[in-house]
Amino acid sequence: MRYAETGYNLEIDLATGKIERVETDPNLLGQHLGGLGTNVKLMWDRVPPETKAFDPENLLIFSNGLLCGTPAFSMNRTVLSFVSPQSDLLAYPMMGGFWATELKFAGYDKVIFRNKSPKLVYIYINNDKVEIRDAAHLKGKGAVETQELIREELKEPRAQVAAIGLAGENRVFTASIEQGRSSASRLGGGAVMGDKNIKAVAVRGTKDVNLARGAEFMAHMKDITKYIHYRNNNPLPGVMTILSGIGSPQEMKHTDEKWHTESFAWGNARKRRKDFWTKDIEKSWKETQDNAIKRFVSCFNCPQQCGGLITHGDVSSYMMKCFSKLTYLMGAYVDDLDFGFRIAKRAFEYGVDSFSTPQILAFAVELYEAGILTDKDFEGCPTDKEGRFVWLLDRLVRREGIGDVLADGTYWAARKIGNGAEAYDHNTVKKHEQMNIKLGMLDPLYYLMYATNEKISITQIEGNWPQGAFPSREDREAFVADWPQLPDDKFKQYFLDWNPRGENSNPYYPTPQMCSEIVDWMEMLHNVDDAIGLCAGMGSFCLKPPYHIHNYPKLISAATGMDLDEEGLKKIVSRSRNLHRAFNNRRGMTRADEKPPEDHWKHRFPEYEEQLLSTYYTYKGWNHDGVPTREKLMELDLGYVADDLEKRGILKDGQNKEDN
Amino acid sequence: MAKIKKIIKTITVDADKCNGCRSCEVICSAFHSTPKYSTINTARARIHVTTHRLKNIWLPVFAGDYVPAECGCRDKYLLDGKEYSECSFCRAACPSRDLFKEPDSGLPLKCDMCEGEATPLCVEWCLNDVLTYQEREEEVEEPVMMGDLEKGLESLVARFGLDKLTGSLTRLSRKD
Ligand code: SF4
Ligand code: SF4
Repeated sequence: MRYAETGYNLEIDLATGKIERVETDPNLLGQHLGGLGTNVKLMWDRVPPETKAFDPENLLIFSNGLLCGTPAFSMNRTVLSFVSPQSDLLAYPMMGGFWATELKFAGYDKVIFRNKSPKLVYIYINNDKVEIRDAAHLKGKGAVETQELIREELKEPRAQVAAIGLAGENRVFTASIEQGRSSASRLGGGAVMGDKNIKAVAVRGTKDVNLARGAEFMAHMKDITKYIHYRNNNPLPGVMTILSGIGSPQEMKHTDEKWHTESFAWGNARKRRKDFWTKDIEKSWKETQDNAIKRFVSCFNCPQQCGGLITHGDVSSYMMKCFSKLTYLMGAYVDDLDFGFRIAKRAFEYGVDSFSTPQILAFAVELYEAGILTDKDFEGCPTDKEGRFVWLLDRLVRREGIGDVLADGTYWAARKIGNGAEAYDHNTVKKHEQMNIKLGMLDPLYYLMYATNEKISITQIEGNWPQGAFPSREDREAFVADWPQLPDDKFKQYFLDWNPRGENSNPYYPTPQMCSEIVDWMEMLHNVDDAIGLCAGMGSFCLKPPYHIHNYPKLISAATGMDLDEEGLKKIVSRSRNLHRAFNNRRGMTRADEKPPEDHWKHRFPEYEEQLLSTYYTYKGWNHDGVPTREKLMELDLGYVADDLEKRGILKDGQNKEDN
Repeated sequence: MAKIKKIIKTITVDADKCNGCRSCEVICSAFHSTPKYSTINTARARIHVTTHRLKNIWLPVFAGDYVPAECGCRDKYLLDGKEYSECSFCRAACPSRDLFKEPDSGLPLKCDMCEGEATPLCVEWCLNDVLTYQEREEEVEEPVMMGDLEKGLESLVARFGLDKLTGSLTRLSRKD
């Protein structure tokens, strides 16, 4: 019997319509766990570096995590994997909600799509019965609307549906996959799904998920539940409200947006408005939000409530979470929250990434104001800020006129438009739009995270280490006094000695070596979460979370029957991470690509930054180009990867980490 | 007829507080698996959260009795401007639907308030205080147990046939 995992993948060849239920190798559990880990392994084995995003050979993998479907709270992530049309690297956007566990209950760990369907279809997985169904009648329908239509058509209100909208159908590079109150939105999964002609994947499952040592598992959960209660009742002092709790950022509950609106940059990630949050704004925003939110909603088996059910004026109901209420509004320089709730519904129906898309629209507005895009490109466009954004969004998802160029994202659009447009693509890393943040002093930790992570999206890299030093020594002492999540006590000292200003402050403290250790720790946590299917909001992405390195191995062991300790777990996720990196290296990613946006900080230190990067590479066991060395790969039983990289000339004989 | 004391166990459902997480379904199915906590399957849970997200409906309903035949009429509720679909509030394991039945055998499931536990586990695991548990003592007339049991058995025979039922009973007695 297989425990925690089902031991089966569903393989669907869209060209031939062949559907197979394939038993997976039981050894993969000990090598890569599941979720992102086993996705990466599949991608390495089956997608050669020549394959581009829209080639039939590109895989589109929908995976649940190893612990999805167990009683552990907040294990509900669906991890998508594919070669991204935007970055040309392995992307893995995730979504919460209810889809992943339903797939587990249907008896599968993953659905793996290959090739393309000749016509638009949707897939219905109902336990062992899997059908490819015609979706002609759903063409052009909204991603939210489609989910309801399919449930009605199947007469199965309990089916969970992941769908694309018009943007995905039109292969917009920022197209998302929407599901309930969640979406997998970064790096164009919706575009790959649309390219394969899949409108939606519906799933219903009524099978068992097995636990190897159930009673032991529940005993660990008792402790974790206690800590969840404790954290929910004791928000952390000394940090901003938004960072004080657990769960994803509580954007639906909090109405105080002083921090986001004044510290983040408006427009095309350009301008901070340090006096935006006036009394009048505060009052009107609070009223708008309180009226709009009908109920707080959570993901599968999670006690937090990060989503909101929204009904706003004449806008029909939809669900929202996180930062999306602000991104369009800030991109468009609109001061009324009403606009945020209006355009978000439209955007969710189209199915687009609400981080990247507003920046692309703002980028177009800037180009127009600079005379690089002309009246001809904007023919028919309203002149008010709101109308202009909606008009641009409509063009982008339909790939009409200038929208066709913008649909490839800021980086590619800038190169197509030319004529100086490249300079306006100022906020991308590896061709992907980043958070709209512009700051003063170089932050060495964030430098490394922006530059190097495979996620290419900062919010899913950072987390357990506070974003800034605490001004008072007393507060620091209080913070470290109760910090059971730490993998090593030395981090306490690093934190105690860290000052906001003067001696021992950014950019030279924490030192490059310390930064490497801290970043490595945070990445490791994210990689665990992404393999087991835990919401980062309850693990890697928040301060003092209920799940951490000291309890993950216990839960995984009790669930699977493996006997895993902390070192063993770290080794597994390091294996997957290095395989992921090698996959990207094989596609041409190198040191030259590992750069945060040039204007991310005003004060930059080019030589020191190189030293930071080299120190981190050495710490990771990578060579000067950011490629894992043979020694590192051998240590992780990835000799076959070293052979491949050497054969391709990516890893050269005798290169090692000491040469950095 | 003789009066006896009876413990009435109540779970109050404050449905407006429900956030639709289905933790209650998860823990219920885990607790009722054999051995305890060996499997999870929300389709085996004795609580079900009827969900129509965009209509703002999240309604936890507990499995009640098995009924041999579906009712001839249906009820529709309008509450707070929301229309609840037919059967939403019904607790029966009924031939008209697959709710509250073992997915493989079709045998009916019924909430037993997690016998043996101090509090039903759904109550303990719902961290949103939707479910609260109370016990009270009442004096009631002693029921005629045998009559009920026979009635129940007759309806099971009518539905599954005597052979299947005897088979299940034998299997059940072996488990004990
Ligand atoms: S913490 Fe929030 S986003 Fe994460 S699983 Fe729970 S409800 Fe979903
Ligand atoms: S556990 Fe509570 S909040 Fe969650 S679905 Fe059940 S009743 Fe609702």
